Amino acid sequence: MTVRVQEHAFDLGAEVQAFALGRDDAGAVVNFTGIVRNTPDGNLDRMEMEHYPGMTENALKGIEAEAVKRWNLKDCLIIHRYGTLRPGELIMMVATASPHRGDAFEAAQFLMDYLKSRAPFWKKEFTKDGAEWVAAKDEDEDALTKWELLNRD
Amino acid sequence: MIDVLYFAWVRERIGLPKEQVETSAATVADLVEELKTREERYAAAFEDVSALRVAVDQELTDFDAPLEGVREVAFFPPMTGG
Repeated sequence: MTVRVQEHAFDLGAEVQAFALGRDDAGAVVNFTGIVRNTPDGNLDRMEMEHYPGMTENALKGIEAEAVKRWNLKDCLIIHRYGTLRPGELIMMVATASPHRGDAFEAAQFLMDYLKSRAPFWKKEFTKDGAEWVAAKDEDEDALTKWELLNRD
Repeated sequence: MIDVLYFAWVRERIGLPKEQVETSAATVADLVEELKTREERYAAAFEDVSALRVAVDQELTDFDAPLEGVREVAFFPPMTGG
């Protein structure tokens, strides 16, 4: 189980390769990668990702621990960047390793849903028209409700 | 003394990322009321606490959380990671 919060870029291929290779306990590895999306009119100059050092790492570790409780995971990796990011740059990735693909897919989605609105990161977008904090979406909160309901079953 | 931290637009509105606050507030909500009486920028930042989230000693919690023995309180808007 690994959590890395860093300013510098990561090598997606190398990270996934290192995560997947050399295991014989997991038959399935799932990777999700988040990319800085430009605005529809291509106006985005950059994004500033702010975070809460200390709490960020602890929150991500907590989310990982919750995923391990719910699914059969052999390993788990979260890398999340902060600082200045340009359109097309990789912001973050998660990877999950499980004996079977169902657990790997579901756990990866769970990690994404939780870290979107429970890990202390804030995005500010800079376009030629000015700067604006990205607002949290209701649907991100709804995604968490879904997992909480599942837990009660 | 409690370290009070502000992030994102809360930090911008108040104009600083962190300060030490001498307080006898019993809960986070009491601390917010104290801060609001200080200056207009605090009143503006805390105008609608339903738009804010709070962490006490780096754990997400509610505004009715007690402050006894607490070292650090952070205020910020809903998070937008990923």
